[in-house]
Amino acid sequence: MHFLDEMNLPANRMQIVFAVLGALLILFVAWPLLRTVTGSSPAVVWETLLEAEVRRAILLTFYCSALATAIAFVTGVPLAYLLARSDFRGKRLIEGLMDIPIVVPHSAAGIALLLVLGRNTFLGRAFSLLGIRFVSAMPGIVAAMLFVSLSFLVDTAREGFKAVDPRLERVARTLGASPWQAFWRISFPLAWRSILSGMILMWARGLSEFGAVIILAYYPMIAPVLLYERFQSFGLTYAQPVAALIILICLLIFVVLRLVARKGRE
Amino acid sequence: MERRARVQVHDLWVDLREFHLREINLEIAAGEYFVVLGPTGAGKTVLLETLAGLHSPHRGRILLNGEDLTPLPPERRGIGFVYQDYALFPHLSVAENIAFGLKLQREGRAQDPGPSRRLVIERRVEEISRLLAIEPLLARRPQTLSGGEQQRVALARALVIEPRLLLLDEPLSALDPQTREGLQRELARLHRELGTTTLHVTHDFEEAAALGDRIAVVNAGRVVQVGSPEEIFRKPASEFVARFVGARNIFQGELRPGEGGYSRLSFAGMQLAVVTDLVGQVQVVIRPEDLILSRESRRSDVCTSCRGRVVELVDKGTLVYVTVSLPFDGAPASSCDFVGVITHRSLEELELQEGTEVYLAFKASAVHLIPK
Repeated sequence: MHFLDEMNLPANRMQIVFAVLGALLILFVAWPLLRTVTGSSPAVVWETLLEAEVRRAILLTFYCSALATAIAFVTGVPLAYLLARSDFRGKRLIEGLMDIPIVVPHSAAGIALLLVLGRNTFLGRAFSLLGIRFVSAMPGIVAAMLFVSLSFLVDTAREGFKAVDPRLERVARTLGASPWQAFWRISFPLAWRSILSGMILMWARGLSEFGAVIILAYYPMIAPVLLYERFQSFGLTYAQPVAALIILICLLIFVVLRLVARKGRE
Repeated sequence: MERRARVQVHDLWVDLREFHLREINLEIAAGEYFVVLGPTGAGKTVLLETLAGLHSPHRGRILLNGEDLTPLPPERRGIGFVYQDYALFPHLSVAENIAFGLKLQREGRAQDPGPSRRLVIERRVEEISRLLAIEPLLARRPQTLSGGEQQRVALARALVIEPRLLLLDEPLSALDPQTREGLQRELARLHRELGTTTLHVTHDFEEAAALGDRIAVVNAGRVVQVGSPEEIFRKPASEFVARFVGARNIFQGELRPGEGGYSRLSFAGMQLAVVTDLVGQVQVVIRPEDLILSRESRRSDVCTSCRGRVVELVDKGTLVYVTVSLPFDGAPASSCDFVGVITHRSLEELELQEGTEVYLAFKASAVHLIPK
């Protein structure tokens, strides 16, 4: 084995030990994924894709997560900018609060949302006047995904804005830019890579959500719920092609998005 | 827009977490090159940012040609700003950096859209690029430029909008000595050609003296002296200013009335007749270059001459700083150290070494007194 580190030295014993330890973890991730994907024949996976119920569930998952990401983009990017640029009382508290969804068990998050957005709650009723229902409906899925994944976008966007030298905005102001113009022409384009990678992370995290979603909306079924149901009702053999399909699609999209983001970086 | 604005700062107070400004009063004439000189942390950048409208003062007013700017946001002040490390927009090309302000002007007055406006912008970017000799760089990205080139681009970007006042925050301090000298001449030339009122902030006295029509010395958020470079250099108003402009010899002295309109000044074990209105305790300042070193006593009525011993030689390349301890055989505790500066050639001619006996002289006119 040969590592080229910065000093171009041959691998030492420590690096070899570290590589072996790391390889165990890599194997732990790669093996089950490979096993699932290769365990079903391509024909069976293709057949699964042709099932209307499966297709609908997968598209619904993508759509809901994208919608959640869009909502977080409109509200979370401004918040991230404020957190990066301004100092105010309670800022640390807000930063901590925005990270809580990462550590709360997601079934608990689902319960919490149900208590606020459920049929007989104030918000639930207010939204039902607008024709929006959360329980057992698409908006519920979006709400659940938004809740559990918004931290990724807010945190990454905040770090992105922090990395922009505030003096660039100040110079823009002296050159005649209003605060809005300075934001759109300087800060936003410069933080865009971070924002984009935050959006990708958030969207990917939303796709994989299960716990919070089933509490608010078992139906309509998103892909993870469908998979769970197949497993519960028909067993491993029937669940496996669905799992393989979902993993393949997620992998594909994730790789494409990462490439796009990297291209933006160059 | 009128490029030569008169600037008046009245009783300006600013409070930020790390810096504050106290009681700043400045009058800058139209077209003047005004330098604010002070040590790091004196609040110089904060002063510039406040003039540009980036901090709001908690008291005081800023007037440009008599118009009160204090309530205006930065984008409506018409003040150009160049930061120490240039702050070029990294996602835009050099040409786009320079055109940034012009494009915003177009949006301000939307009555003239279309291609003619774009051509006007292009032409003005070209003009200013020619003036600063950066035409070959227009298509490049800022990250690929040298420090000196970035500085020129930052100047072009600020000047192309024809500001009424140009603010320069330590514009030369991040450059290597050679580039620095070239840009210093460049700043002087630009000022001659454009006549923009300029406020330049630096911690380097030589830079201030080379460029400034007048200099304001600031310390700890206050203006401590305003004057021509000559005045600041020759007649520092306080020990702080004296030290900051490199007057290395500062002693406690006492003045007593003498005969014939003279006062008797005693300091560092010497007695000297001077003409002054001051009495009592004073600080005595003599610049190193005003000390004359020789190997033999040179008695004359314009010079005071004393015998001392060389205790240290600091070679700065072309110049040598010589520390002379007076009197020659004084005990270290009771002796006084003077610092003089001589050329390398003089060092060889005088054959000075540590321990050498040397005579130290200066004219009475070289002595500057600061009241205590």
